[in-house]
Amino acid sequence: MLANYGYKDGSGDFFLTIDTDRCIDCESRPCVSACPAGVLEIIEDDYGDDVCAVQDAQRKQIKYSCAGCKPTTGWTTLPCLEACPNGALQHSW
Amino acid sequence: MATVAEYWRWKEYNWSDPDNDPRKADVISAGVDVGSVSSQAVVMTDGKLYAFANMRTGSDSPESAEKAITWALEDTPITLDDIHFSVGTGYGRVNVPFAKKAITEIACHARGANFMYGPSVRTVLDMGGQDCKAIHCDEKGKVQAFLMNDKCAAGTGRGMEVMADLLSLPIEEVGEMSLDVEEEPPPVSSTCVVFAKSEASGLLRQGWPKNKVLAAYCSAMAHRVCSLLERIGVEKQFAITGGIAKNSGVVKRIEKELGVEALKCETDSQIAGAVGAALFGRVLHLKAQKKKG
Repeated sequence: MLANYGYKDGSGDFFLTIDTDRCIDCESRPCVSACPAGVLEIIEDDYGDDVCAVQDAQRKQIKYSCAGCKPTTGWTTLPCLEACPNGALQHSW
Repeated sequence: MATVAEYWRWKEYNWSDPDNDPRKADVISAGVDVGSVSSQAVVMTDGKLYAFANMRTGSDSPESAEKAITWALEDTPITLDDIHFSVGTGYGRVNVPFAKKAITEIACHARGANFMYGPSVRTVLDMGGQDCKAIHCDEKGKVQAFLMNDKCAAGTGRGMEVMADLLSLPIEEVGEMSLDVEEEPPPVSSTCVVFAKSEASGLLRQGWPKNKVLAAYCSAMAHRVCSLLERIGVEKQFAITGGIAKNSGVVKRIEKELGVEALKCETDSQIAGAVGAALFGRVLHLKAQKKKG
């Protein structure tokens, strides 16, 4: 499942996309600890699989939570994307 | 004191199938969708639609859930105790006191649309009271991709209620009226409902007729959700669920912009989420029974 978490508002598109089919079998889940803002968590989805997701409380403030990992702060890619061994994460900015 | 007309108030109602005897059914399941604006309760007997109620959500989620299910069962011979498995969904899903499980509205709308519009549905656009969801699903109604915009009310049912109130027109009629224009006016702001409302007020002051203002608003709303859909794409068949699916002014403009026709359904488009939840309830009950042996 391609889960798009985030929003589109007057200032732009702010989505983190997680391809949960790629992360079902991941055991180490390095993305969760790699995120300096603690945006990610592991949840049981509606079909009973343990997958990575953006925390409920973060979904409406991704623009701000993820601001620390933008190119202006020195990151060329996002730490969560770098950590994911299966290339399951994408972002819209 | 003169009564003040509330144009945004859409009709609440309940329905049950008098030809179906629920006491003969093996599994009676229920789905309750407590949304931001409306709540629906659906009762199904062996996966067949039996009864439902569609009403506005109050300030208290558990109370709204109880009211909806009580109303759905009002004209039926069964009570809440006869229901084998209830599933809660929607914003208030964790606050449905009698539900054995909570499932996200995304999975429920996909499952419900699959039941109501048929297994050929691949893209579901749920236009709710306060959010908008775009979902891709497979032939079983399982979610393949989704996108939800619940950060702002632009492109949602509540926005349309605000507009109906501003123009003093019943909410059920605004869609048709918006189509009664010779030429499509440029859309109002699609970024925010509050901006759109003040823009619409300005147009009225300039002397625009109501239907032209409505056309500008419906077209802004259609444009807004189409830009959301761009992110996940549109695969045929395409279905719209939620309250806005009843607004022909928005639906026709979405169809035009996407170049895809939306499937029609005789069942109330607003109950899709609760139908999905009731279908999940049936499967979960059967699974639990199997485990018991």
